[in-house]
Amino acid sequence: MRTFQLDRPGDLAEAVRILAEDEGARVIAGGTDLVTLMRDGIQQPSRVLDLRDLGLTEIEWQPDGGVRIGALCPNAVDDRRLAAEYPLVVAALRAGASPQIRNMATFGGNILQQTRCAYYRLPEFACNRRDPGTGCAALRGDSAKQAIFGVSDTCNAVHPSDLAVALSALEAEVLVHGPAGARRIPIREFHPLPGDTPHRVSALRDGELVTGIELPAAGRGRVSNYVKFRDRASFAFALASAAVVIERAGTVVLGARIALGGVAPKPWRAEHAERALVGNRLDEDSIAAASAAAVRGATPRKDNEYKVELVRRVVRRALSELE
Amino acid sequence: MRLTIQINGEQHQVDDVWAGESLLYVLRERLGLPGSKNACEQGECGSCTVYLDGTAVCACLVAAGQAQDREVVTVEGLAPGAGELHPVQEAFLAAGAVQCGFCTPGLVVAAHNLVRRNPEPSDAQIREELAGNLCRCTGYEKIMDAVRMAAANTQEAGA
Ligand SMILES: Cc1cc2nc3c(=O)[nH]c(=O)nc-3n(C[C@H](O)[C@H](O)[C@H](O)COP(=O)(O)OP(=O)(O)OC[C@H]3O[C@@H](n4cnc5c(N)ncnc54)[C@H](O)[C@@H]3O)c2cc1C
Ligand code: FES
Ligand code: FES
Repeated sequence: MRTFQLDRPGDLAEAVRILAEDEGARVIAGGTDLVTLMRDGIQQPSRVLDLRDLGLTEIEWQPDGGVRIGALCPNAVDDRRLAAEYPLVVAALRAGASPQIRNMATFGGNILQQTRCAYYRLPEFACNRRDPGTGCAALRGDSAKQAIFGVSDTCNAVHPSDLAVALSALEAEVLVHGPAGARRIPIREFHPLPGDTPHRVSALRDGELVTGIELPAAGRGRVSNYVKFRDRASFAFALASAAVVIERAGTVVLGARIALGGVAPKPWRAEHAERALVGNRLDEDSIAAASAAAVRGATPRKDNEYKVELVRRVVRRALSELE
Repeated sequence: MRLTIQINGEQHQVDDVWAGESLLYVLRERLGLPGSKNACEQGECGSCTVYLDGTAVCACLVAAGQAQDREVVTVEGLAPGAGELHPVQEAFLAAGAVQCGFCTPGLVVAAHNLVRRNPEPSDAQIREELAGNLCRCTGYEKIMDAVRMAAANTQEAGA
């Protein structure tokens, strides 16, 4: 265990200043991921910033009907209006981790949590994500839990967040603050694909931190659903999950957004499946077409071939359960 | 660092703490409070469940530095007095929900937290609320009995 300096910046400007001047500095929000990573020697920050004095826990409704959720708002969030207007977000949160973990975990930390790839979490194995350029043990090893979309020949790890999948289907924006001020990053661009740089896990630039997440106003006629397949009924990461958001006029689908979890290095938009729905009625035929289209482009290996069928079924289930 | 922390109502100062060690380590190894158990150190089993500023958390996932200036209640702090048990603890005994006992302190805190907030939990709610606490011995049926009993006892005591 490497020692580090712990700071408690009093405001955003101070936090950004420290992050910008010390490359080895990391922020700690709930700590539910970072604490074990530090203890196991997988992350070795020189400085850790405890953000608790920054506030950033508020839920602020916007004049246009959207909502801004502070980066430090807990995953156990219990807010009636949020549950009523964005049930997808609350369902995805409840489908993750355990009550004790959701109490500590935050929105910002959730979307920035590290992969659960066993090789990443065990320093004795080679991992390009942990130690750039050292190779990837997963590509030769057990790939049962690994990704079937968006993989590269340096990394095939899965992004483990349920929340991020819901945010992807809602086309949320991540609000960030850094040395150059504030900016917003569409959730779609927030998590990069591994490519040649699997150690880059987000679009944050040096010195930037996440201050919140903004959800656009819910359109009329919108229905949504989150379905998660896992090894047991509760308290396990997704083998495959689907967040679906459908907007209809009468019986015709005007807009469809489908994001998959547990199968890619980032929340994976199943655009072929979305296109199979738009302009059609939501019925058995269009759902079957969407579920088949959802796996287009998958590149499974022997051990994770089963995820292809799971994706078809999780999409079918998520769409069939919509009212 | 010097850690200033309130535990079970008492103010403590602990010196030479590494800011990254866990709150669980501080409780067990530095303060002699072994009630909270260390089984996985990964947040997976719930044996280390404590209250931090009134919410139930896994003490193994909280860095000591995060606990600075905060209030912790451990399983040792639930009973009303020395030699007495809290009604939730009584229920675990009466229902036979304890075998090896390793999971018990964490389950007692989690169950305490559940019945405090929801005095009439359904079975589904009990299962979901206790999903973060693993038990390798009992098969959970007796634990379900204990929580139902604890909820009933708590209601009676409150009435
Ligand atoms: C046993 C277990 C089971 C779990 N199961 C699930 C599950 O089923 N589904 C699921 O989605 N998740 C699951 N999780 C993961 C959990 O949701 C995350 O650990 C949690 O959301 C992380 O949030 P945090 O605030 O604790 O982050 P921290 O641990 O504090 O931080 C995580 C990372 O994010 C960075 N960070 C945090 N906040 C910010 C910010 N505002 N700006 C910039 N960087 C920041 C930190 O530097 C760190 O790198 C599980 C975790 C455990 C331990
Ligand atoms: S020891 Fe903390 S959850 Fe297992
Ligand atoms: S009684 Fe042994 S683990 Fe629960």
